[in-house]
Amino acid sequence: MAAPKSTRTKTSAETEPTSFTRDEELFAYRNMLLIRRFEEKAGQMYGMGLIGGFCHLYIGQEAVVVGMQMAKRDDDQFITSYRDHGHMLAAGMDADGVMAELTGRRGGYSKGKGGSMHMFSIEKAFYGGHGIVGAQVPLGTGLAFANKYRKDGRVAMAFFGDGAANQGQVYEAFNMAGLWKLPVIYVIENNRYAMGTAVSRASSQTDFSKRGVSFDIPGEQVDGMDVRAVRDASARALEFCRSGQGPYILEMQTYRYRGHSMSDPAKYRSKEEVQKMRNEHDPIEQVRARILTSGMASEDELKQIDAEVRATVQKAADFAQNDPEPDASELWTDVVR
Amino acid sequence: MAIEILMPALSPTMEEGKLSKWVKAVGDAVKPGDVIAEIETDKATMEVEAVDEGVLSAILIPAGTEAVKVNTPIAVIGQDANDTAAKAASPAPAPAAAAPAAPAIVSAPAAAPVAPEADYPAGTEFVATTVREALRDAMAEEMRADADVFVMGEEVAEYQGAYKITQGLLQEFGADRVVDTPITEHGFAGLAVGAALAGLKPVVEFMTFNFAMQAIDQIINSAAKTLYMSGGQMGCPIVFRGPNGAAARVGAQHSQDYAAWYAQIPGLKVVQPWTAADAKGLLKAAIRDPNPVVFLENEILYGQSFDVPVGDHVVPIGKAKIVKSGTDATLVSFGIGMTYTMKAAAELEAMGISVEVIDLRTIRPMDVETVIRSVMKTGRCVTVEEGWPVCSIGSEIASRLVSEAFDYLDAPVLKVTGKDVPMPYAANLEKLALPNVGEVIEAVRAVTYR
Repeated sequence: MAAPKSTRTKTSAETEPTSFTRDEELFAYRNMLLIRRFEEKAGQMYGMGLIGGFCHLYIGQEAVVVGMQMAKRDDDQFITSYRDHGHMLAAGMDADGVMAELTGRRGGYSKGKGGSMHMFSIEKAFYGGHGIVGAQVPLGTGLAFANKYRKDGRVAMAFFGDGAANQGQVYEAFNMAGLWKLPVIYVIENNRYAMGTAVSRASSQTDFSKRGVSFDIPGEQVDGMDVRAVRDASARALEFCRSGQGPYILEMQTYRYRGHSMSDPAKYRSKEEVQKMRNEHDPIEQVRARILTSGMASEDELKQIDAEVRATVQKAADFAQNDPEPDASELWTDVVR
Repeated sequence: MAIEILMPALSPTMEEGKLSKWVKAVGDAVKPGDVIAEIETDKATMEVEAVDEGVLSAILIPAGTEAVKVNTPIAVIGQDANDTAAKAASPAPAPAAAAPAAPAIVSAPAAAPVAPEADYPAGTEFVATTVREALRDAMAEEMRADADVFVMGEEVAEYQGAYKITQGLLQEFGADRVVDTPITEHGFAGLAVGAALAGLKPVVEFMTFNFAMQAIDQIINSAAKTLYMSGGQMGCPIVFRGPNGAAARVGAQHSQDYAAWYAQIPGLKVVQPWTAADAKGLLKAAIRDPNPVVFLENEILYGQSFDVPVGDHVVPIGKAKIVKSGTDATLVSFGIGMTYTMKAAAELEAMGISVEVIDLRTIRPMDVETVIRSVMKTGRCVTVEEGWPVCSIGSEIASRLVSEAFDYLDAPVLKVTGKDVPMPYAANLEKLALPNVGEVIEAVRAVTYR
């Protein structure tokens, strides 16, 4: 018999996460750093006018996608909102193709026709990249529907923010996922601000792990700044979904250092608040400190990784600036098949 | 005093039904709430309850009678056996509401079958089929052929379809492929789009397209645009189907034609069939199409019969059909608009005006070429649709003719449309709000100066 619903959510934030091996620490370090450096470069290029439109940076939230990537099977699907560069890099998509899409060039993942918010890679099981707040939640539930229909054992992960968590269609999706026991993990990336509105000003229930209670969907609050905690919780959720027990909610408690988009001055919070998060909870610094303290790797070895990551990002930036714009004939292609 | 029981209307669009069974016999006592008979409509089998107390003194329509018109007297309830005698002795007075059709207890099928298309291969066999059955057959055939095709929507499975379109599918294909959803259009439309992005081929039934407004973000932003936004990498093979447009007396929120709404969206295909043959052939094409297709049906047409070719009948999307050729003016319509158009064409013919009638069948991509070729011959064009006039399908045709066939036009292009008001409920106002045969005739006379 199912436990009473009120006890089905839990907080994993206070339990000590499983330790990483040296390889795991270095993998997490390298991949989070790649996202950080890539996003910093994208921010610079936006400032230079090389990237247009909206550009939503993932800086501060890197542990969420990297931790989930470390737990998932290669063919498990990711789908997310417009804050999607980190998800794509974590999924193994090529930095050149992502950056070239940001600059609207023909070598971009969508041939320059999608932009920052709209990129996809079936090969890497990344289903976008969606610009309408909350729309990816039913879509991700549909990926899970297809997994169940085909009985292929895949699990879909639908990422969305604390802001999207208040959209009605999210709960329509929760209901059907719970009803049909679909293999989907709802990953609520609670970065505390829906654009400029603090969670407490927009949500009557700020414990997002409880948002599935009405649908009998279990949930956990996870320290989303600790990549180890993310991987642990993801592994639990994946096992739950893959074994046919239905959907699972992970509230990733995280923080974005930058504004909502490049055009957001972020006046709704203090500089001190941001600085405190950076100093005390930075996901990359946590891994770096653990590696050095434990002696898993030397300062020089980490510097070598830093240099390699910078080179990857610089190569992507160069490619994205030198690659030509799409041919004018591309205007008319890919409208219908 | 004897009370006549009339054939009841059991749905907004019901005009006739089958009196399938009498539960009470002549001489039985009845009291309010007793079930006295069962009636089969095009949607469901319903029980008729007595409203008055008395004795069932006469049964006027025997069990098993098909096509009994609404308001036809079907039985008499009297106070005692004397009423029975009285009733049997004198002919029943025709009730006011049924006055014109009083003797016609058993009527002909609603629509006469349309002559087979000339371009069918010789020897093609045809079977008279309702639009409802044609749509069901199309889905069933495609589901047999392709395991990735599934049907999803409200009441599509156990209830057998709110309009009986999915009747029998659950029994043949099971609950994994015929999926009842909660009442949650935005959610299940999005879910189905996600399943399509993953490579399945969902057929999403909206109970009516009025409810699809709840889901229009997913239809447009997610289904229609993803192929383009992904640089051709990720398509969305999905069909959104259901009744569209005015039914009968259901008021403003349930009576709206969405053809022009969806027709504007690049990335969508929009289909609106009239006949059962096109309904079947186009739905099969829509399910096979790798793009999202909005498939607009009509509740009033569901029960109408047309000849449908036997076998794997597929009609290509994007091709209009010249239903009748003529020389004096071109009439362009689609969906239920064709019913007004065909009646008007026959009357105009009798008046000596020869019209060519084009059924667009597909709204997007629109076969403007066929319209232009016809107008090059006739020099005149009238469009007919139930939708509103502003930015309508007729507006689009008029614009295309002016820019691409200006030199051939001998008169302005006229539009016959629904009136520019929310659909009223009152029967007389509703009738005024919709187009009618007289308006079509007037428009053709105006452009032909006759």
